[in-house]
Amino acid sequence: MANRINREQVQHVAGLAKLEFTDAELDAFTPQLDDIIGMFETLSEVDTEGVDVTSNVSDQLNVMREDVADNWGQSSALLHNAPDAARGFVKVPAIIDESEDND
Amino acid sequence: MNYFDKDLASLHADLVAKKMSAKELTEETFANIKATDPQIDAFLNLNEDAALTQATKIDEQGINADQPLAGIPVGLKDNIVTNGLTTTAASKMLENFKPVYDATVTEKLANAQMITVGKTNMDEFAMGGSTENSAFKTTKNAWDHTKVPGGSSGGSAAAVASGQVPVALGSDTGGSIRQPAAFNGVVGIKPTYGRVSRWGLIAFGSSLDQIGPMTRGVKDNATVLSAIAGHDEHDLTSSTQAVPDFAADLNDATSVKGMRIGLPKEFLAEGVNDDVKQAILAAADTYRQLGATVDEVSLPHNKYGVAAYYIIASSEASSNLQRFDGIRYGYRADDVQNLEDVYVKSRSEGFGEEVKRRIMLGTFSLSAGFYDAYFLKAAKVRTVIINDFKAVLKDHDFIMGPVAPTTAFGIGDEIKDPITMYMNDVLTIPVNLAGLPGLSLPAGFSNSLPVGMQLIGRPFDESTLYKAGYAFEQNTDFHLQVPTLGGQN
Repeated sequence: MANRINREQVQHVAGLAKLEFTDAELDAFTPQLDDIIGMFETLSEVDTEGVDVTSNVSDQLNVMREDVADNWGQSSALLHNAPDAARGFVKVPAIIDESEDND
Repeated sequence: MNYFDKDLASLHADLVAKKMSAKELTEETFANIKATDPQIDAFLNLNEDAALTQATKIDEQGINADQPLAGIPVGLKDNIVTNGLTTTAASKMLENFKPVYDATVTEKLANAQMITVGKTNMDEFAMGGSTENSAFKTTKNAWDHTKVPGGSSGGSAAAVASGQVPVALGSDTGGSIRQPAAFNGVVGIKPTYGRVSRWGLIAFGSSLDQIGPMTRGVKDNATVLSAIAGHDEHDLTSSTQAVPDFAADLNDATSVKGMRIGLPKEFLAEGVNDDVKQAILAAADTYRQLGATVDEVSLPHNKYGVAAYYIIASSEASSNLQRFDGIRYGYRADDVQNLEDVYVKSRSEGFGEEVKRRIMLGTFSLSAGFYDAYFLKAAKVRTVIINDFKAVLKDHDFIMGPVAPTTAFGIGDEIKDPITMYMNDVLTIPVNLAGLPGLSLPAGFSNSLPVGMQLIGRPFDESTLYKAGYAFEQNTDFHLQVPTLGGQN
C-alpha cells in the first residue's frame, strides 16, 4: 500500500464530515480510499499550466429575483418530517452535554 | 397490459378515440406492475390512489388532442420530489420523508396531465452504477434477472424495459440515465446542463446533475424532453434557451445524410468489450450507408475523466449532503446524548457505505492541504476535457461511441470493488463534466444482453442527437426486441 492516506487521516476526515467508523470499517476503508486517491493522482500527468478552472458549465450568470415569500403556511407538514417536534418547534436533545456535568 | 407494442402517439390516439379511458389505462398499468414487479423490483413506492383520482379527473375533462401526454403513466426516479408522496432517494436517511412541494419536472408532467404511478428504485442518493446501493431493494435487469439493471436510474430503466410504464424520468450525474438505458435496451437522454430544471431533484453533484426521460423509442423520448425542459426561476442554472418541439422534426429516417460524425479512438480502446466494439462499428457503417461521414477522432484526455469526476462530484456531494443532520427532517439516531451525537450518529447510521465513501473522498479533496492538489487540479482537468470536446465538435455534428465498456454485469459481481465500479463510467462521465447532451439508444446484443450506443452533441443541440438516433432506430430493429418476462412474451 502506497500510504497516501493513513488511518489517522481517515479518522480526521471523518470528523470533518461528521461521520464515525468502527475499527473494522476503518480497516476496510483506509486501503480503499488510499487506492482511490491513487487513481486521483493520475491527474498529475495532465499539463494544466495556465489552464483556468471550470466550476460550472451553465450558460446563465447571476440570475436575480425578488425575495418574495410564497408557498408558506405549511409548518405542520414540515414538522411532520421532523424526527421530533413539540408545540410548533423542532425538538433536539440538550445542546450542552449533560453527561459532563455528572462527572 | 404492458407497453411493449405501444408508443406515446398510439396511446394518445387510443385515448382521444376513447378506445380506452385514462382510468382504464392507469388500472391496467398498476395490474401489470403488481404482476411483474415481484421479479423486477423496479418500484419503491406506488401512487395508486392519487393516480386513479387524477386519471378519473382527466377522463371527465376529456383528453385534448393537443395534449400528447394526457392520461399517460410515468414513473419518477425516487430522488425527484413529489408533494405528499414519500421520496427516499433510496436512503434510510429519507425513509419516511414526505416532500411538501413538487419538483419542477413533477409539476410540468402534471401540467401535461401525465399520471405519476410511482417512484423508482436507484442507487442511494444516485451514487452508483448498478442500483445495488439502494437501501431498500435490488432491481433486476429486465433481460436477465441475475444481472444488474445499471444505475443509478436502474429502477426507471428496468420499469420501461419490462413494459411497466412507457416513460420514466431518471437523473444523470456521471452516466446514471445513459448506462442503465444501455443495460436495459431502452432510450435515455442526459440533456445539456441547464436544459431541465434541477429544482426538486435531491442534489448530488450540482454542477453535473441533469434530469432526463427514459423511453422505449427515440420519438417518445423527444416528446417528453420538450415537456420537461425550459427555464425555471427556481433553478438559476436553468437556461433561457428556447425549447424546440424535438419530436416534430423526427419524420425523416435519412436526415443524417451529409452529417459528419466523430468516432473517438479512445471510445473503442482497451477495456471496451469486443462485442460492444463490433456493435458500434456496425452502427458507424449504418450511418455511412445513410450518407453520413464517420471520421476517427481523438479525445486525448478522456481517460482522466473518471479521476476528475470522482473528485468534483464527491466534493459537491460532501457539501450537498451536509444538510442531512438529523434535525429538521430525515433519520435521527436513537440513544444520543447531545447535539454532536445527533449529527454524527444520525449520519453514520442513516447513510449507506457508498454514500459515506463519497462524502469522505469529497471532504478529503476539499480539506486544508489537499484542496490545490486534488479539487483545483480536477477543476482544471475539467477544462482540458471540455476543450477536447470543443475541438472535435467544431467540425463534427456529433460524436458516437459506446455508452459503457461492457453489457450488464452480474448482481454482486462488482459491488465490493469501488474502482472497478467507477471505471464503468469512463465513457459517460466526460459528457457531464463538459455539460453536453448525451443520448443512449439500443445498438445490438451480446449474449442476449443489450448493447447501448451513445451520441454526444453540441450544447443545446439535442435536436441533432434525436434526428441521428431516430434515423438509426428506423434503419435497425434492436429497439423492437423485448425481454421475456415471466412467460409474458
